[in-house]
Amino acid sequence: MKHSPRQIIDGFWSLLTGMRITLGQFFKPTVTVQYPHESLKMPTRFRGHIVFVRDPETGKSLCIACKACEKACPSDCIVVDGIKREGEKRKSVTDFKLDFTKCSLCGSCVEVCPTDALEFSRAYNLASVSKEQFHCIDLVKRLEQE
Amino acid sequence: MRFITLCVRTLAVSESNFISAAEHAGETFVLNLGPQHPATHGVLRVKLTMDGEYITRAEPVPGYIHRMHEKMGENRNYAQFLPNTSRIDYLSAMHYTHAFVGVVERAAKLEVPPRAEYIRVITSELNRISSHLVWFGAFLLDLGGFTPLLYAFDDREKILDLLEGITGSRLTYCYYRFGGVCNDIDDEFIRGTRAFLEEMRPRLKLYRELVTDNIILRKRLIDIGPISAELCRKYGATGPVIRGAGVPYDVRRSEPYSVYPELDFVVPTHAEGDCMARYLVRMEEMGQSLRIIEQALDRLPEGPVLGKAPKTVKLPPGDYCYAVEAARGRFMVRVISDGKEIPYRVKLRAPSFSNLSLFEEASQGMMLPDALAVMGSLDLVIPDIDR
Ligand code: SF4
Ligand code: SF4
Repeated sequence: MKHSPRQIIDGFWSLLTGMRITLGQFFKPTVTVQYPHESLKMPTRFRGHIVFVRDPETGKSLCIACKACEKACPSDCIVVDGIKREGEKRKSVTDFKLDFTKCSLCGSCVEVCPTDALEFSRAYNLASVSKEQFHCIDLVKRLEQE
Repeated sequence: MRFITLCVRTLAVSESNFISAAEHAGETFVLNLGPQHPATHGVLRVKLTMDGEYITRAEPVPGYIHRMHEKMGENRNYAQFLPNTSRIDYLSAMHYTHAFVGVVERAAKLEVPPRAEYIRVITSELNRISSHLVWFGAFLLDLGGFTPLLYAFDDREKILDLLEGITGSRLTYCYYRFGGVCNDIDDEFIRGTRAFLEEMRPRLKLYRELVTDNIILRKRLIDIGPISAELCRKYGATGPVIRGAGVPYDVRRSEPYSVYPELDFVVPTHAEGDCMARYLVRMEEMGQSLRIIEQALDRLPEGPVLGKAPKTVKLPPGDYCYAVEAARGRFMVRVISDGKEIPYRVKLRAPSFSNLSLFEEASQGMMLPDALAVMGSLDLVIPDIDR
């Protein structure tokens, strides 16, 4: 197919425009974050996996083992158990297991909790070579260890 | 120019008649496009029967990532199905969630505070721009241009940061609730969005200069893969595909929902029906979305963002529908309720499925690289097809 002069001019013009824009971008600041060496701060509403909120008075979890989150969770990721200790008005949590492999981070559990005992963590560097690490995250233990 | 392509096309068509004879004589071969192919953006398989460079038959084989979303809807309550909706088409999660909360609100007659409606419009339109930016980058990648993807993702990153700040997630947002949205937007978001609007307008100009006016792109797209309005009607194609065929069908206008009737925007259409028309429709839509966001931010009323909703939603028995304009076209949720906590049936009408269906007819007698351009211009999202 023979090229008309018009097409050749158009082609050159496209090339020049492209070069001009690319060169302009060349002097713009870099937007890339060199990830493992530097990382971004997560916004306050970031949804990591759920963790317990610590009661500022007792230092324990606010959870009353009402199982509302267990019921609300669409993927059955939560297993809660609690006992009623003597001398206490409410039940207290003894066991809270989260199966993070199934969690969709929807936030239903956080919203439904009557005592606001759950919040999202800001952890996002979540990678592992074995699924056991996320299969059963024990929130009670986690709170104790912190 | 047009004359030449027309000649080539006539040639191709006349050849396609000849091709069936070739097929008959066993001179064709089968080419698998996918399920793992960079141009199918996911796991879609298209079984192509080829006669040399020309396609005689293209048979899409969907279903590789079927996740039973509709069935899952039948075994969990309404609130529990909500996170699923954002996973159907992960690129326009907001619209899909909007359709589902919309159908529940319509059926249960829930009030949505005006502020929540405006927030929904703002976030939906931001989501539409980010979705179109992904398409823009990926489509040009299919055509062999790598750089535009990096520009597009630079802009998209800003939208994702904004949405992450209010919703907590970057892609599969679960932000809307029955009767409103779960978090109010803050000043930081409003400031960020306004700054984004300012930045995005020159960027759209840059895209026009760098890409749209580029002669290579024009030659790859103009007069390639014509899809007529008739074909769109036949297969139920919607969104930019039908608007690229000259039909001004946009759910935001034809079946108004939310506060769209109060906002001033035009529905871009191009009558040519070729790949370029679909390309231009999407590019113009981004500009219109910016306009919508600007107006919505100006009018944003004060007030609550979550209306009253019962703890466990139960819909009165009946059959309910709600459609939204997602980034790829009309997405509709149909819920049939028998009065229980769990829906009897959830039907999801996904735009990509209909848009893909016309590919077989549209790609007849086409050269393989052109067919890939057509496929890219349909903006398919495979999880949306398979559901
Ligand atoms: S965020 Fe959603 S899926 Fe994850 S544990 Fe909570 S309710 Fe379950
Ligand atoms: S809803 Fe809250 S209080 Fe109830 S079991 Fe879950 S975490 Fe504990």
